[in-house]
Amino acid sequence: MNVDTTKIIHFDTIREKVKSLCMEANYFLGEDIKIYIEKAIEKESSPLGKEVLKDLQRNWELAAKEQIPICQDTGTAVIFLEIGQEVKIVGGYLYDAINEGVRKGYREGYLRKSMVKHPWLRVNTDDNTPAIIHTEIVPGNKLKITVAPKGGGSENMSALKMLTPAAGLEGVKRFVLESVKKAGPNACPPLVVGVGVGGNFEKAALLAKKALLRKLGHFNQDPAIAQVELELLKDINKTGIGPQGFGGNTTALAVNIEVFPCHIASLPVAVNINCHASRHKTIIL
Amino acid sequence: MNIYELSTPLTDEKIEHLRAGDKTILSGVIYTARDAAHQKIINLLNEGKNLPFNLQDQVIYYVGPSPAKPGRTIGSAGPTTSSRMDPYTPALLAEGLKGMIGKGARSEEVCQAIQKYKAVYFAAIGGAAALMSKCITKVEVIAYPELGPEAIYKLEVTNLPLIVINDIKGNDLYQQGRLPYQKI
Repeated sequence: MNVDTTKIIHFDTIREKVKSLCMEANYFLGEDIKIYIEKAIEKESSPLGKEVLKDLQRNWELAAKEQIPICQDTGTAVIFLEIGQEVKIVGGYLYDAINEGVRKGYREGYLRKSMVKHPWLRVNTDDNTPAIIHTEIVPGNKLKITVAPKGGGSENMSALKMLTPAAGLEGVKRFVLESVKKAGPNACPPLVVGVGVGGNFEKAALLAKKALLRKLGHFNQDPAIAQVELELLKDINKTGIGPQGFGGNTTALAVNIEVFPCHIASLPVAVNINCHASRHKTIIL
Repeated sequence: MNIYELSTPLTDEKIEHLRAGDKTILSGVIYTARDAAHQKIINLLNEGKNLPFNLQDQVIYYVGPSPAKPGRTIGSAGPTTSSRMDPYTPALLAEGLKGMIGKGARSEEVCQAIQKYKAVYFAAIGGAAALMSKCITKVEVIAYPELGPEAIYKLEVTNLPLIVINDIKGNDLYQQGRLPYQKI
């Protein structure tokens, strides 16, 4: 006997949830990040670096208390959707619900509108839409929505390179380290570094972005990759760049790597750099 | 590292002793400008027209604040990446601009112009935007309101904490600050 497990989710529910997630992601720093920065305050050997980290702590406390953005750059609204194949959305088009949620969230939450309509004509859309939406169809009857506002400063320091197989793991590591050094103070260290390796040109970039959603302290499930994450973090923290680039040993809080099979001729690597805020909030409907 | 209190407008005497790594507590009137406003200022300079504010001895803060919640002076207001303003900056320094506040490294041309025209580049703490909004006591849009967060705002600040990055002697905290901690 077949049981119909279809779940019906209304347009309005999605819109309201996205609205709240936009605000929460911008007001409240992730608990995992707080713990990592508090640990870094203890370990940072530069007095100025330590002060910067303490300022970041005071900043997230104030932002949460007054419900104002952690950073004035409240980002491009990047949305990850995992849609169970037994989910049915009623009341309107899913992407319209997302964009209306972003519009409401950014307007009612006093978040900055940072999107322009056209890359070189550059007129602001005034509501931070359109969101950048990534959709995956998954088994089951749930809808998982993640809102990950991404700032422009750190995004501008991100990089992608099509390495070839001879470069190997060493080539991958070198490119990640080079990208972080190049970012230097611009991306507001301490950083969270998302790395995507394999797939193809666009898959690597998406993997790198998704890697930023992983909680700090949750390493890649493959122990060999987790080892690379740790080695790269150590190397990045030996660059001396430090908090805000003023010098110190807290340049990054974490390196998260995601991998995917790739073509016999290719070894794509993408590095998506995030600042300490590394914002993302998720809800499962 | 020394700590100095400074008030705007800045003069040669007020800034010539500042060195990379010094802490500065700034008070007074400053102006905001980002990419779009810089382009407009350069266009006005090229056409020989008046600017929205006189650059002489002034400080520009590279910031696009978030909107103010009701009852607040301004939203969160931390620095944006300064290098995007590098192509425009030497021309502004030649017009008398004395100080810049942002984050991230400047181009060789800007560092040289800072020495040539006796100016200073400060970093504010990127990501501490809520905290910095508390130092801003008055806000007025003086040009290009249509640019939204990219408009030119006149701000009054009290005890805004800054770090000197580039000084008139050619020092650069981003180059020098990491050296004692660099192990790779």
